[in-house]
Order: sequence, then structure tokens, then C-alpha cells
Amino acid sequence: MNYRMILNILGWMLKIEGACMLLPLVCSFVYTETGECAAFFAVIGLCLLIGSALTAIKTKSKVMYAKEGFVTVALCWIFISAFGALPFVISGNIPSYIDAFFETCSGFSTTGASILTDVEALAKSMLMWRSFTHWLGGMGVLVFLMAILPMAGGGNLYLLRAESPGPSVGKLMPKIKESAKILYAIYIVFTLIQVILLLLGGLNLFESLTIAFGTAGTGGFAILNSGIAEYSPYVQYIVTIFMILFGIDFGLYYMLFFKERKAFFKSTELRVYLAIILSAVLIIFINTYGMFKTVEEALRHIAFTVGSIITTTGFATTDFNLWPELSKAIIVLLMFIGACAGSTGGGIKVSRIIILVKSIIKEVRTSAHPRHTIKIKMNGRLVEHETVRGVNVFMAAYAVIFVAAMLIISLDNFDFTTNFTAITATLNNIGPGLNSVGPMSNFAEFSPLSKLVMSFCMLTGRLEIFPMLLLFSPYTWKK
Amino acid sequence: MNIIIVGCGKVGQKLIEQLSREEDHNITLVDTRASVVDEMVNEHDIMGVIGSGTDIDTLTQAEIANADVLVAVAGHDELNLMICLLAKKLSQNCQTIARVRKPEYFKAISLIKDELGLALIVNPELTAATEIARALRFPSAINIDTFAKGRVEILKFEIAKGSPLDNFKVMDIYAKLGSNILVCGVERGNEAFIPSGSFVMHAHDFISIIAPIGEAGNFFKKIGVRTDRVKDTLIVGGGDMTYYLANRLLQTGIGVKIIEQKQERCDELFQLLPKATIVCGDGTDNKVLAEEGIERFDSFVSLTNIDEENVLLSLYAKSQTSGKVVTKLNRIEYGHVIGDLQLGTTIYPKNLTAEYIVRFVRAMKNSLGSNIETMHFILDGKAEALEFRIKEGSPISNVKIERLALKENILIACINRNRKIILPRGSDIIMPGDTVIVVTLKEGFKDISDILK
Repeated sequence: MNYRMILNILGWMLKIEGACMLLPLVCSFVYTETGECAAFFAVIGLCLLIGSALTAIKTKSKVMYAKEGFVTVALCWIFISAFGALPFVISGNIPSYIDAFFETCSGFSTTGASILTDVEALAKSMLMWRSFTHWLGGMGVLVFLMAILPMAGGGNLYLLRAESPGPSVGKLMPKIKESAKILYAIYIVFTLIQVILLLLGGLNLFESLTIAFGTAGTGGFAILNSGIAEYSPYVQYIVTIFMILFGIDFGLYYMLFFKERKAFFKSTELRVYLAIILSAVLIIFINTYGMFKTVEEALRHIAFTVGSIITTTGFATTDFNLWPELSKAIIVLLMFIGACAGSTGGGIKVSRIIILVKSIIKEVRTSAHPRHTIKIKMNGRLVEHETVRGVNVFMAAYAVIFVAAMLIISLDNFDFTTNFTAITATLNNIGPGLNSVGPMSNFAEFSPLSKLVMSFCMLTGRLEIFPMLLLFSPYTWKK
Repeated sequence: MNIIIVGCGKVGQKLIEQLSREEDHNITLVDTRASVVDEMVNEHDIMGVIGSGTDIDTLTQAEIANADVLVAVAGHDELNLMICLLAKKLSQNCQTIARVRKPEYFKAISLIKDELGLALIVNPELTAATEIARALRFPSAINIDTFAKGRVEILKFEIAKGSPLDNFKVMDIYAKLGSNILVCGVERGNEAFIPSGSFVMHAHDFISIIAPIGEAGNFFKKIGVRTDRVKDTLIVGGGDMTYYLANRLLQTGIGVKIIEQKQERCDELFQLLPKATIVCGDGTDNKVLAEEGIERFDSFVSLTNIDEENVLLSLYAKSQTSGKVVTKLNRIEYGHVIGDLQLGTTIYPKNLTAEYIVRFVRAMKNSLGSNIETMHFILDGKAEALEFRIKEGSPISNVKIERLALKENILIACINRNRKIILPRGSDIIMPGDTVIVVTLKEGFKDISDILK
């Protein structure tokens, strides 16, 4: 295990986190929030200090193997969440550290689950930081690190693999650095466009930025207790469209803008993703007929909710807790499906679902005709056996963690739906669940233990399980 | 530069290892074996495409349209030629390099090259044979590289016990021996140095010297090393490399005896090499070797297809004769462990091929900005010797060398001015129009100004 290299990268992460806190720091200046300003100053200083100490460590070798990659990614996310929670505690906005840690994990993992009963009571700069963690966590902090740092030595692909979602992660370009830059460039441009469109809709800069950050990272922290409900229909439409856009594989955007357009429209995953959204909207529309005043309003709220849930954003304009059972069941299903691989969204990912469904079909067919050659194809190409195996193992691990986490939080004695959807919402990085954790409620009532378990679930879900499992497996640390 | 490498065998791997370390190459590897591609992609910062190089879709996916170079080093000659043909048709601007090893194709090599628009054809066997022939020309040296169109050479040799160079300061070579040579590198155990004047050499150090052609002979005479070239050689193994090597040696009047096991191949060689003595027998049988008079040959080359056999053969030969021994190795690479064995000169055809291609790729890059004329890996691949052409207005020209602020571990080893070779001392001045050889432990220099701090 190349400990020095791991510490080095952790150091860089802290420095970057410190630099990122400059944004809320500026915000606290603008709104003259002195206490918050001091808190950010202190934490930035701390991050830079510890970061510099860690980057000063001389590395003997820069080579990283798979295990270093996974462990580094897992540690980085725990670290940035731990440090990112400090401003909330120091400024007194969220007095309990565990609550603040939960909130920051929820931010970085782009979950959007909150322990705050009154969001509006929070200082503006704290709201900015909360939303900004979504944006940082969406594309991944290590991807950002790779875009700016000259990373010598081999094995950096493991970092990218461990941080980026999807069953098989590749590069867009031969150089990892160029790939990371392209991803961030697309991300930044999309975010800017959304900010401008929101500004045109009459929101102020603060509102536009926070909402755009929440959408881009598919996070879901809002700055009002009512979520997005009080904004104009125009804003709700913009957010709906951008949520769905950010749920699409960024590699496909690269193809669309820089390479052949055809690949974008031919992508199986994209087609299935859009088909799921359309059919979900349709079914819920029929199921909730009569609940909304006009067809436009119904479609707007339903499309918003479906987009928000499938991309695992978690914004809300309406309380879907009040919808009929079929609609609620569909919403919970969407929570599991999640967005496309390679997007900023969470969940199981559409491509995994496709592979799973296709392997079931394959199994049925080969059982009927054992001699027939039947392989799983996606986008016209054969899916590697390794990938299929990876998906199966992912599902197994996912189920085990899901059940274990649910058992632990059941100690708090909430009803089954609450427990089930609380884990669904955190492990899939969505935010709101049903009943006591519904869109108009929050996670404040849970015990500290449950909050820690759910914090773990959020990071595990964001990193797609294995980095976290590796970190806690003694076998990883064996010589 | 955008480089596509088709085929991930030993040569392909070596190429990727070398080229991916240089910042400005975007490398895409194409191979049909998913596991090999995966492994390389994990290890190096490159892109992998799984598929056949003769498949248009695969080449398109590897972005042949934007590629500057395509290197075809797949398993078969025909495959490589086919891939290059296809690549050239798909993208006019793409330079193609093919590995072709069959001697019969080599007869028509210029025809093939022109017709298919190939930029370069590499033949590992021929390259290795040339290298071996060069080593036999100068039996004391382990390795020879030539620069400045053959006017300067870098030779590597081991300081024997009791040699005058044992416990000798580098700067005393010029002062006490009066030899016009420069020590440009020293390997001690696993370490490599670029020595300063006060560096003290010891027995068993491997010394690389740079010298104008002819000068090295005088130097070797002064330190009491035999310099005469070999008169005859015994080769075990009768493959293609043996054919190329024997051909070359016979042309320069060196006697050749070849021991080959298969009768059929012996008959072929008999036809191909009328001047050579062909022996049909098992070269690994020491009775056969004794019968053929191994101890009377002043050089011995083991060229069988099995590495382990070659190692043992060479060790045996070393015990029987005091002559030059050359060992060919395909796969075994254990650096200093192999170096510690008494194998004489070791030749890695695949590394040579890779090196040759890297050199070509770098030279190609020249025209795109850098100005390296030739490049060699020396000191067991730990250092590079680069030849630069000095342009008008270069920051290192018209200044005394001692006043240049050079980076660490860099040596200006030689100046070539209008075919005159100058081994620079501190007071010499580099002029525009010169070519200069620089030895460095660092990699990736593109311009002569990179050597300055």
C-alpha cells in the first residue's frame, strides 16, 4: 500500500476544498454575516494547513494499484465530508457535529436529505456552501483533481473508475487529464446556462446559483422550506429540463458536441431512460387524475417529480406523499432505477437495469435452448462478461447493505415505509422518501446512530459501494 | 501526437511504456484480447479499443481520422501490412509503421513500402542482427550506438579487475592518458550516473564513453584492452536472425559456422548462405559444441528460440572460450540479475524494435516542433543520448560551455561542426549549425534549451 501517495492526494483534496470555500466566504462578505465569515476563514486556514502538511510528504513512488485507488477515493470522500461539516458547527448554524456531518455527506454525495427543520433559518453563506457541495460532489472531486494536477505514475484510472458511476467506466480521450477537463467543461457550461436561464426567470443571483448547483449535481438541497414549490412555473420547467439533462451520461454529450451525433441518439441507455420518464409521467398522470386543477399543472408537477426522482435530485414542488399508492410505488421504483451511468445522478443506473433485464431474458432463452448462442448486447456491442458479473455482484452487495442499514435504523421505531424509503433515499442519493421522510419532512428525528448509518449509505451509494467496502475490509490492508 | 498502436505483444507493450511517459502523445491501443487491453489501460494513461485492426469500425473507433501515426505490431506480417494499407486509405495524413519479419518480404521491401505508402518498416530480426554484427566488430564493447551519421559512437564496456581504469578519476583520462574520449555514463550495480570530472571509476563499473570513430580503438589500446575485431563466429540456432547476421558477417569477411537442429532448415541455409559452414546437430549438446571446436572460435552467438537455452549456452561458451559472447533474449528481463551472469552482450530484439520505433516517432515529432536528430537509450535504458541541431539564436550558442547553467545530470558530450567532431571542454563554444549530443538521465527533452535550468 502506497501510504505516502494516498496522504499526498488527501492533502491536495483538502487544499481544493479550502479553495472551494472561498465561494461561501465571498457570500458571507456580501451578506455581512460576520460569524459565518470567521468560521469559513478558520476552516479554510485549517484545510490549507493540514493539506500543505500532507502534500509536503515526499513520495517514494507515484504508482497506484487498484486497492490504493479505491481506498484513496473512499478516504477522500470521508475526509472532505468531515472537514466540510466544520463551518456549520463552528458558526453555530448546525450545533451538533453529527448533524452537520450528515448534512455535508448528503451534500457531497448529492443526496439532498436534510436534518434541518427550518432551512430558511440558515445563514445565506451556509446555504451557499450546502448547495455548492452538491455541485462539487456531482462530477466528483477527484476528477477535478485529475483535471488540474499533473499526475505522474500509473494507475490513476483506478481513481476515476472508483469515483465515476456506472458499470464500466472508460475515458473519453487517451489522456486522463484531458478527459477530466472535458467532463468539467461540459459540466460548467451546462451549469452556467441554467444559471442564466434562472436569472432571466426573475430569480436573484443567490437563488439562481444555489438552485443550479442543486440541479447540476442532481443533489436537491433547496433554500426554501417549501423546496421549489413557490417559484414560478417557468423556473420549475427550467429545473425539470436541466435535471433530466444532468441525468444523462456526460460521455454522450462529448459525442454529441465533439464527435459523431449519431452515437448520442443511438444510445440504448438514453432511449430507455427517456422512455422510463415518459411512461412514468403518463401512468402517474392517469393515476392522479383530478388531483390537480389544470392539465398543465398536473403535467408540470408530475414531470418535475419524475425527473427529480429518477435523476436522484430530490427537489420537490408538490408533496407526492399524498398521491395514490400506484403513483407512490412508481416513485419508489424510480428511486431504485436512478439516472444514466456517467451522469451526476445516483441510484442503480439505467444501464445496470438494462443489463440485468437482458441477462434474465438470456437466462430464460438459454434454459429453453441450451445450445443457442445468446449474448448480451448494448449499443450494438457485446457486453463483456466481466461487466455483467460486475453488475450482478453490485446488485448483491447493494441488497446486503440495504438490508443491514434498514435493520439498524429500525431501532428508532419508525414505521416500515419510513425506514425502507429512508434507506432507499439515502443509498440512492435521492433525498426525500415517503411518510416521515417525505418531501415536506426531514431526517431530524432520527437517532445519531441512524444518522451515521445513513451518512455511510449516502457516501457508499455515491461511490457505488465497492470503494467503501474495500476501505473497511481488513483484507485490503493485509500485506 | 495521436498514436495508434495495433497489437499488444512485447513490442507493443514496450512502445506504450516508453511513449505514454511523454506528455504530448495521445495513445490508443487496439487489440482483440480484452484482458490485455484492460491491463495496459489500467497501468498507463492510454485509451484502449478492443477489436481487430483490420476492422474498419475498430479503426474508426480508435479515431484513425485524427491519428498522426499508426504502428502495426500484431502477430503476423500480412496482418500488419493489411492494417497499414487500411489505415492509409482511411486517413491520408496518418504515417504508418509496420513490423515485417519474413525474409522473403524483405527482398521486395522497397516495393511494398512504396506501394502501401508505409513510413517505416521494422524487422526485429534484422535490427537485432545489425546490432550483433556491430558488437562483433568491436568485441570489447558491450554496446555501441552511433551518432552524427556514423561519425561518433557511444561504447559501453566493463572495467576489468586490474585495469588501469580501476580507481581512476574521470578527468585524468584526458590529462594522463591523452585520449580524446569522454566518459558520459557509469553504471554501478543498479545505479546509473552521469559522472563529473572528479568521479572515481572502479573495477566492475560499466563505463559508456563517447568517441569519434577510430578514437575508441586508441583508447582501448592504452588501457590494455584488445580491440581487434573477431575473425570467425559460431552461431547456435538457425532462424531468420541467424540468416541476417551471417549474411552481414560474411560480407565483411568474418567466418561463420551455424549449428542448427532441423535438417530441412540446414538445407535451406546451405542454399541461402553458400559461404557459411552449416552443421546439423543439437547445439545444446556440449559434445557437438566440442566437436565443432567451440574453444577455437573468438566469438559465440546463441540465437535459439528458447531464452533459457540461450542463457545456458552462453554461460557454457563463456567457460570454454575467452572470445566475445552474445546472447539473444526474447522474454526474460530481470535487469541486473541477468547482468550479473556472464552472458556478454545481451540482445533484446523486441526492445530494439520498440526503441527503433520510438526514435522514429520522436523524429517525426521533430518536424512538429522538437529538434532531436537521433536518440538512443544508454546505460541500460536509464539514460538517453540525444542529438540536437542548434538553430540560429539558440540560448546555448555562442557562450562558453562552463558558463551555461545546466540542469543536474546532464552532459554535453559531443559537438559536430561541419563533420569535425569536438569533444567539448569547458572553454568550448557551441555555434549555430552544429549538432550537439546531450546525455541525460531525464526523459522527454524536446529542445536543446530544455537542458538549461
